[in-house]
Amino acid sequence: MAIFLNADSKVIVQGMTGSEGMKHTQRMLKSGTAIVGGVNPRKAGTTVEFEDAVSVPVYGTVEEAIKATGANVSVIFVPAAFTKSAVVEAIDAEIPLAVVITEGVAVKDSAEFYAYATDKGTTRIVGPNCPGLITPGVSNAGIIPATIAGSGRVGLVSKSGTLTYQMMYELRDFGFSTAVGIGGDPIIGTTHIDCLEAFQNDPDTDAIVMIGEIGGDAEERAAAYIKEHVTKPVVGYVAGFTAPEGKTMGHAGAIVSGSSGTAQAKKEALEAAGVKVGKTPSATAELMREIMQGLSAG
Amino acid sequence: MDLFEYQARDMFEAHGVPVLAGAIATTPEQARAAAEKIGAGSGGVTVVKAQVKVGGRGKAGGVKVTKSPDEAEKAAAGILGMDIKGHTVGTVMIAQGARIAEEYYFSILLDRANRSYLSMCSKEGGVEIEQLAVERPEALARIVIDPNTGVDDAKAKEIADAAGFDEADKPALIEAFKALWTVYRDEDATLVEVNPLVKTEDGEIIALDGKVTLDANADFRHADHEALEDTAAADPLEAAAKAKGLNYVKLDGSVGIIGNGAGLVMSTLDVVAYAGEELSGSEGGFVAKPANFLDIGGGASAEVMANGLQIILGDEQVKSVFVNVFGGITSCDAVANGIVGALDALGDEATKPLVVRLDGNNVEEGRRILAERAHPLVTIEATMDGAARRAAELAAAAN
Repeated sequence: MAIFLNADSKVIVQGMTGSEGMKHTQRMLKSGTAIVGGVNPRKAGTTVEFEDAVSVPVYGTVEEAIKATGANVSVIFVPAAFTKSAVVEAIDAEIPLAVVITEGVAVKDSAEFYAYATDKGTTRIVGPNCPGLITPGVSNAGIIPATIAGSGRVGLVSKSGTLTYQMMYELRDFGFSTAVGIGGDPIIGTTHIDCLEAFQNDPDTDAIVMIGEIGGDAEERAAAYIKEHVTKPVVGYVAGFTAPEGKTMGHAGAIVSGSSGTAQAKKEALEAAGVKVGKTPSATAELMREIMQGLSAG
Repeated sequence: MDLFEYQARDMFEAHGVPVLAGAIATTPEQARAAAEKIGAGSGGVTVVKAQVKVGGRGKAGGVKVTKSPDEAEKAAAGILGMDIKGHTVGTVMIAQGARIAEEYYFSILLDRANRSYLSMCSKEGGVEIEQLAVERPEALARIVIDPNTGVDDAKAKEIADAAGFDEADKPALIEAFKALWTVYRDEDATLVEVNPLVKTEDGEIIALDGKVTLDANADFRHADHEALEDTAAADPLEAAAKAKGLNYVKLDGSVGIIGNGAGLVMSTLDVVAYAGEELSGSEGGFVAKPANFLDIGGGASAEVMANGLQIILGDEQVKSVFVNVFGGITSCDAVANGIVGALDALGDEATKPLVVRLDGNNVEEGRRILAERAHPLVTIEATMDGAARRAAELAAAAN
């Protein structure tokens, strides 16, 4: 089963013919993803050749690609200036899942396409500025390296790409049902709570790792959600305890303003909800290790 | 990017928000000249206001009402060079005086929690709005703004109604709200705040003080925003890093940090701070703290690594460097080549020890390159926590 991405996922790539799009489409193909098409109005009707004699057709629009292939996931690599129109096109075509990898998207553009998607109610957006999601061994929509960890029963949701990789690496002996990089921008399409809910309902997930960072109050709200709705064990990690106030730490959304958005507040909220919070990524992985060993012993 | 008040004033004016005449000065003489011109419309009365990107300047003595060009010159002489909460005043704004009858509050901001925009408005402005929000939340109207429809006539009226304004004042307020929305939308702002928004004794509505935050990700469609940047205030290392396209924030410790990915770098800072604390034997101890944030990105190349190392080794406060890379897309051999290349380019100038932790994509090759070069300054550690300890020890030993 896993969440959001499974064996029935048919993936198209908007921006496939660009250099990032080409590189990552090849990687997604290598990790077993069913890539059924690319979208580029100027190259419609052509095909792109990948390794192992795989050839992927290019369509003029998302709508045409869906009609021709039955695609239900789009991974978006187009440059930031054109991301909004690409996402709006995907929403108009009612694709169920749009994964926006592009970084540096203007927050107004994200706010507008998110509001549009919410009004339409037919598309889940993951990202922007995220590594995407992977259901190891089954499908990979984005740029998470498929070689880090295999399939297993841990669910992972993270604001940070490299901390996703680090955590997958630390827990590679257990493996993952699905790992979702939701991105660290101020406005994102899929939140910690969306993923917690999906993991709670996923029979293939036994326990959940949640990685947060400074900025906003998504972790605090996730903590409240966990307290009410999540019965599976959750361990957490929060990055940015030493971040100074008023400085953006890499991610556009990672900023402490006044007393809001601090790592300490997030950690306390999670612990109050019964989530074990690790001091470092390795210590967090260790907490999950104990839980998984306890589950398998029980 | 936060704007100075005078920049916000200019931006408001350009979008039709009612503001008072104002001009900036960096010397008392300029202030006098500005007051002569601007005070002409208000019986010689002007307000000299320190231009700093921090609240509480009034209490700190950074705002003075003056009745003549002489007084304005004197006030400017006192305010220029003043230190307000660590910000040195380099510029003052000379603003026209106004006879204020009432002070209001208005803002539009990004609402992360609801993934939308929010307008906040109160009849009780001119105060600490955070305090008002806590003590009398009913006095602060909060209206959700749909990003795609914004503040039209109906929405502006909804805000004015919710804040409880008098009917007679509403038409002018509604026009001001709509104009402030165009600032928010057309300039790609994430915050437009007016505090106070005033009604004068003549019944005019005027934005007396403004705060605007712009989204740097939208710079591609605002060629004019670059000029608004306060380059004088930037840390020289931050400026140098920015010129090389590096994502760098200067901090005050002695362990230089380079990593890939914002989350991993933030985590690295924390792990180094914990290691420093442990070394000092007390919580909050500081024998070693992170000297900077530097994210070389998810797809770091050898060149980017070399640029990053040069910035960090150029920081006099740095005593040791921790390079923490998890190769996801990034290949560890490229990182290793970047380290070796940077050290070779620096030659004898490189004197600070480097602790390197590599994992992930092509890690064996990366470690092999470093081992083969066997640079005397480089130590390879197997884990992130272990490497942080080692880097903290080296920095503490150099103190």
